[in-house]
Amino acid sequence: MRMDAAAHDPVVQMLGISVDFPGTRALDGVDLTLYPGEVHALMGENGAGKSTIVKALTGAYRVSAGEIRINGSPVSFTGTAGAEAEGIAAAFQEVDLCGNLSIGENVMLGREVRGRWGISWAATHRRASEILAELGLADLDPRAPLGALAPAIQQLVAIARAMVVHPKVLVLDEPTSSLEPVEVERLFRVIRRLRDQGVAILFVSHFLEQVFAISDRVTVLRDGRSQGVYPTRDLDRTELISLMMGQDIATLRTIGSQRRAHRVDPRGAPLFRAQGVGRRGEIEPTDLDLHRGEVVGLGGLRGSGRSELALLVAGVMRRDSGSMSVAGKQVGAAGPGAGTRSRVAFASEDRRDGGVIGELSLQDNLILALQAQRGWARPISRDERDAVVEHFMAAFNITAPSPATPVRYLSGGNQQKVLLARWLATRPRVMVLDEPTRGVDMASKVEIQARVAEMAMEGVAVLFISSELEEVVRLSDRIVVLKDRRKIGEVSNGPGVTVDTIIEMIAADNELDD
Amino acid sequence: MTETQSAPARTAARLLRTPYFWGIVAIALLLLVNVLRDPGYLAITVNPANGNLVGNLVDILRAAAPILMIAVGMCLVIATGGIDLSVGSIMVVSGAVAMEFLNAAAAPDSVLAALAAFLLAVAFGAILGAVNGILVSVVGLQPFISTLVILLAGRGLAKVITEGQNTAASNEPFRWIANGYLVGLPVVLLFAVLIVIAVGLLVRRSALGLMIEAIGMDPKAARLAGIKRRSLLMTVYIASGILAGIAGVFATASVMTVDVSRTGYQLELDAILAVVIGGTSLAGGKFNLGGTVVGALLIATLDKTVVFLGISSSATPAFKAIVIVVLCLLQSERVRQLFRQRRAPGTFVPSKETIPA
Repeated sequence: MRMDAAAHDPVVQMLGISVDFPGTRALDGVDLTLYPGEVHALMGENGAGKSTIVKALTGAYRVSAGEIRINGSPVSFTGTAGAEAEGIAAAFQEVDLCGNLSIGENVMLGREVRGRWGISWAATHRRASEILAELGLADLDPRAPLGALAPAIQQLVAIARAMVVHPKVLVLDEPTSSLEPVEVERLFRVIRRLRDQGVAILFVSHFLEQVFAISDRVTVLRDGRSQGVYPTRDLDRTELISLMMGQDIATLRTIGSQRRAHRVDPRGAPLFRAQGVGRRGEIEPTDLDLHRGEVVGLGGLRGSGRSELALLVAGVMRRDSGSMSVAGKQVGAAGPGAGTRSRVAFASEDRRDGGVIGELSLQDNLILALQAQRGWARPISRDERDAVVEHFMAAFNITAPSPATPVRYLSGGNQQKVLLARWLATRPRVMVLDEPTRGVDMASKVEIQARVAEMAMEGVAVLFISSELEEVVRLSDRIVVLKDRRKIGEVSNGPGVTVDTIIEMIAADNELDD
Repeated sequence: MTETQSAPARTAARLLRTPYFWGIVAIALLLLVNVLRDPGYLAITVNPANGNLVGNLVDILRAAAPILMIAVGMCLVIATGGIDLSVGSIMVVSGAVAMEFLNAAAAPDSVLAALAAFLLAVAFGAILGAVNGILVSVVGLQPFISTLVILLAGRGLAKVITEGQNTAASNEPFRWIANGYLVGLPVVLLFAVLIVIAVGLLVRRSALGLMIEAIGMDPKAARLAGIKRRSLLMTVYIASGILAGIAGVFATASVMTVDVSRTGYQLELDAILAVVIGGTSLAGGKFNLGGTVVGALLIATLDKTVVFLGISSSATPAFKAIVIVVLCLLQSERVRQLFRQRRAPGTFVPSKETIPA
C-alpha cells in the first residue's frame, strides 16, 4: 500500500540552495523536494555535495542563498535543534551511539521519560520497546547493551533513535555502507514501513542497486549542482551512472580488459607461500601462494574469514600454526613489524580504524610506513618527503588543499588513496588490501582499481579483498574462495568465471555439508 | 575579511593563533605587575667582583630550570597519549641518592665524586622511568595508574634511602651545578637550555617526533604502519625519568640537602600545567616543545611573583589557579570562537569541516 507521492503537498522544498565554505562554493543553486511517503535517493560521487545538502537540511550548515520551506512555509535553521523542531531527523553514516549504554538508553537518550522521582527507567524502556516495535524490531531487548550488537543492528537502533520524535522527514546518510545483503534487506523493510506511515525519507547512498531497490525518485548531484530529478522507474542504470560520473565508466571497462589481456598463469616458485597458516577460532589452517605480478582475490562473505586470513598473511595477527615465507625466506610469527620487515604491506579494512591518522597531515600520513621501515634515526628529509608526496598525489590523483592538510578533512576516497599510497611508498613485495574500495565514491573506486592493476604489472603480489564480487572478478588472476573460516576452493580467473561462479561455489559447498 | 587585512595585521593574527601566545602575554603581564610595584624589578646588574649577572630575571630563569627539565619530558609522554605523574617523586629519589652518595664519599670537594653523584642520580631516574615504561608498554597498564604507583612508591623509596632523614652533604663542584656561574650566567640555566635544545633537535631532526605524534593520535594505525610502539614508549618514559633525575639534582644541589617530603613535591602538576599552557593537548598527538618552555617559564615567573608581591602563602594556590584558568580560557577554541562571532556577526564559521565532503 504505497502512497502516491505526487498526490500530496511537498513536506520539504529546498529552492536554489547554495552553501559557501571559505574559498569554495560547495553547493550551487540546488533544488530538492521531498513528498510525504516517498523514498528519495540522493546520488552523486564524494564531493558532489550530498553531505552538504544533508547538513543544510538538518541545520548543521547555514545556507548562503536559497530558501528552505517546510510544509510550504519558509524556515531558517540556526542549528540542528531548529531542524529537529520542524520534524527533520537524521541517522548518519558513522553510527553515533554509545556502545556502553543499553539499546533503550541509546534510543531515548536525552528524551528519557520523567516521572515524579526523576527519570522513570521502566517507562523509558517501555517507550523504547514501543518505538522498536513500530519499526518491526520487537525482537530487540531494550535493556541489552548496544555494544554487543552487530553494526547493522546498531544502524537500525540509530534509526529508532531518530524516530523517537516522530519526524516528518528522516535523513539516512549512507546507512548501508557497512552492511551485508541480508542486513540491508532488514533495513529496507524498516524504511518501507516508515514510508508507508507517510514519512518522507531522504536516502543517501553510493550503491546503485540499493537505490533502484528502495527509492521512488532520485536527485543526482555533480560538483555541487543538481543534474536533475528522475523517477527511479524510468531511470536506466547506465544513464544514472553517466549522470553521476561522466567518463569514469569507460575507464572501468578498460581496466577489466587490460587485466584480462595481461593474465598469465603463475610460473616458477611463488613469491609468497603460506602453508597451513591458521589461528584457532579465527581461520582454519590454509595454504596460499602468491606469485610476482599476480592479483589473488579472496571471495567470500564478510565473516568467512577473509579479513582474518589477510591479517595472518600480513603478520598483524599472530598465527598459531603453519609457516610463511617471502622469496624463500621464513617470516617470523610476531607483530606487524615482522610483516613490514619482509616487505609485506597491509591496508586495513576500515581506513578510520587502524588506517590513516586523521589528525596527521596528508604528507606525514603518506610517509609514515616508509619512515617506520627506515627507523627513527634515519629521518626522511624534507626534499625527499616532498618528492614522494608529489609523486603519489599525482599518481593517485589525490585532491587536497595542501599536503599539510590534516587527512580528516579529505573525502573518504582521498583518504583511502592516501592509505594505499602510504604502503606503495614502502615498495612492498606483497600487498594485502582489505576492502580498499569500501565506502568511497565511484571515481575513487575506479582509480583505486586502476592502481591495483598497475601494482600487479610492476611485479607486486597483491591479495585483494572486496565485498563487491564484481571487483574481485574484474581484478583477480586467481580467486581463493573462503567460507565459514576455511578455504573451500580456488579458481583460475578466465572468461568463463563470473560473480555467479563464486556464489555457486559458496552455495554448493553448503549442500555438501548438509 | 581576510583580503582587506594588511601584512602586519596578518602576522598579528598568526601570532594570536600560536598556542603559547597567551603564555607569553601572561609572563609579560606578571613582569609588568612586578615593575609597577618596583620600577627596578627588571634591572640586571653585573656583579663587579666576579662579572656574574644578578637580578630578578636571572632568579626566575634559575628557578625555571627544574620545571623546564620535567616539563620537556612530560611533553613527550603526553604526546604519546600518556601522562607521567611520577616525575616529582623521581626528583626526590635521585636527589636522595646523590646526597647520600656525597655524604658517604670521603672527598668532599672532588669533581669525580660530584660527577659520580650526578650520574647515579640520572641512572636512578632512568631506572624508575624504565619501570614506568615497562608497566605502560609491556604490561599494558594505563599510564595514569602506572606512574601513580611510582609517584607513591618513589617518595617512600627516597625515605628508605635516607632512612627518613633530610640528608645534607657538602661538595663544592656539585653545588656549582646549581649555584655556579659560567661566562656570567648561572650554570643551571645554561645546562637546562642545552638539554632542552638537545631534546628538541633529537625529536625534530629525527623521525622520533613524527612517530611519537602518530602513536598519540592513533596507536592502532601507528602500529599497523610498522611503528614499534613498545620501544618508543619505553624511550619516552625513560627520557622523562632521566630528565626528572637531572631536575632532582638541580633542586637538591642549590641547598645541598634533600628534603624527602618537600623536594619535587607536586612538581608533576606544574609540569603538566606547563605542557598544557604550551598548547599540547592532554589527549596526545601534536606536541609543542617551544610552548612547553614558555609554560615552564610562566610557572617560574608566577612562583617568583607570588613571593615578590608578598601574597600570603595560604592565598598562593588560589592566585596561581586564577592566572591559569584565565589562560586556559583564552586558549580554548570555543571561547575564542565566541569572541570571533561577536566581532563579526553573520559570518559563517564551520566549526570542523572546512572542506566540503
